[in-house]
Amino acid sequence: MELIAEKVTREFVRPSGKTNRFFAVKETDFALQSGRLTVLMGRSGSGKTTLLNMLSGLLMPSSGRITADGKDLYAMPDKELSRFRCGHFGVIPQGQTAIHSLTVTENILLPFALYGDAPDEARARQLMERLDIADLANARPAELSGGELRRVAIARALVRKPSLIFADEPTGDLDDENTAEVFRFLKECASEGAAVLVVTHENDAKGYADVMLKMSAGVLTQE
Amino acid sequence: MKSLAIKNLKGRPVRTAVLMVLAALLSFTALGGTLVVASLGKGLDSLKARLGADVMVVPREATMKKKFEDIVLQGSTGYFYMSSALADEVIQREGVGQVSPQFFLASTGSSCCSIPVQIIGFDPDTDFTVSPWIKRTYGGELGKYDIVAGSDLNAFVGDKLSFYGVECTVAAKLEKTGTTYDTTVFTNKDTITALIQSSLDKGMNDFKDTDPEHSVSCLMINAADGTSPEELVNDINIHCKKVRAFRSGDMINGIAGSLSGVSQMIRLLIAAVWVLGIVILLLAFTMSVNERKKEFAVLRVMGASRAKLAGLVLKEALCTCLGGSLIGAVVGLLVLLPFNGVIEKTLALPFLLPNAGSITCFAIAAVALSVISGAAAAAVSAWRVSRIDTGLILRGDN
Repeated sequence: MELIAEKVTREFVRPSGKTNRFFAVKETDFALQSGRLTVLMGRSGSGKTTLLNMLSGLLMPSSGRITADGKDLYAMPDKELSRFRCGHFGVIPQGQTAIHSLTVTENILLPFALYGDAPDEARARQLMERLDIADLANARPAELSGGELRRVAIARALVRKPSLIFADEPTGDLDDENTAEVFRFLKECASEGAAVLVVTHENDAKGYADVMLKMSAGVLTQE
Repeated sequence: MKSLAIKNLKGRPVRTAVLMVLAALLSFTALGGTLVVASLGKGLDSLKARLGADVMVVPREATMKKKFEDIVLQGSTGYFYMSSALADEVIQREGVGQVSPQFFLASTGSSCCSIPVQIIGFDPDTDFTVSPWIKRTYGGELGKYDIVAGSDLNAFVGDKLSFYGVECTVAAKLEKTGTTYDTTVFTNKDTITALIQSSLDKGMNDFKDTDPEHSVSCLMINAADGTSPEELVNDINIHCKKVRAFRSGDMINGIAGSLSGVSQMIRLLIAAVWVLGIVILLLAFTMSVNERKKEFAVLRVMGASRAKLAGLVLKEALCTCLGGSLIGAVVGLLVLLPFNGVIEKTLALPFLLPNAGSITCFAIAAVALSVISGAAAAAVSAWRVSRIDTGLILRGDN
């Protein structure tokens, strides 16, 4: 699946400050291609996450359009877009995002439960083993470390074998060994045909990138 | 998503318990309050049905008695007499239609009861107030020393009860009225005459000069066609100095007034608890959603639509409110049904529980109302959840 952003911008209104309106993402054209791992780097506040949110169907651009295999994401009604995102997109958000009332396994299988789809338990087990959290299958999020919670979020995003993977600082709480493992894993997903976009500060990511992008003050450039 | 709602509720037992207690409070108040108000209304209806006469006439000195209205109206213990001659004087008045005497006596104690009971005698040949009621449970004619026991008396058909040394047989038990008639004994004129005579013989009657054969306690009168009860009451009170006539409706008005006051207070209490309960539920749901904003944002990231998020909040609210409301209704029934006698005594008003069908309807309505209110309170939070800015919430964490 190919994701194309054409002339997208995102403008915000600050509640206070000298200039009330500002562009987090200035007019940008962008393509996320299958089989490639794209790494997006940049300073905090440069607009990386805003761009990722727009590309992943979570934030409507102020202008421009984003299409996935020709389908205009934001022309779809919310119900249709949400179902489409659940089936085709895997998003690893920033921070700790486990649902605390569910076990690790239930958290990972949650994308299936949202629409009553049959859970792919074998895939969940495989991901847990790969991410070294298989022993925690029945644990509750409160019992897990920050790094383990990150790996749960990664497994959950990938459990439906999405065509498009969006990872926002996926290695934020991980040590060097686990960071390398996650990048290797995301690279593997790309090799298997997924289009992967990783927003990160980790310089090590460059070693895995097929495409390197940089964001600065809302402007996207290729390195 | 349904199981997620249940798991979320189980995962936060304290929050779930608090919400359930609030919902329980709403349904308990609605059911309890409505049942009490309905029981008071039914008690009054029952009392009105028991009276069945336009006018009551009692000896004038009886009106000096404390609670004499309760003696006449509700069968509270107490007695007074007037001579038959005085009664005949009343009966001769123009405008008197149906008329029947009643005879009162209070027992000093009996095997059936730990407290004195009121014994009311009536004349089966003329009676039009008590007989229709007795006929509902006893079709036969009462013989001498036969009695009919009120529903709350600890006596069963065939039991022998002794009053002033006279042994009487329980021929029937009456259905519940919700008034002190439920602890009253009814009998015919012959039996009450014998009982009054025995109380006099034993020196246990306050009216020592009474001739039971030629005395009555109260006359129950229906006005003749063409005469209004008001006119009849005025005529009797003007021309028969030693008696006092009352319109039944006027006597009931006092009870109806108290009942209306109590009912109004209960309604206000229900309204206050409901307003407070709904405000607290509204706050509780709002706080809960604020606390879980990130959780909802995560679900949104995974592909949950805005409608699904709102649905999740509503499902959780419905589950907690339904569970809480059912508990509240059950507790309400467990408090009201076994203790309705205590409530009746505390309120000192006619109190008759509605039938099982009506109680079930009240319980279902209370649960439904509580669930709907809870869902309405949660709807505000559900709407807010459906508007969340996923990116902003997830970014706010870092």
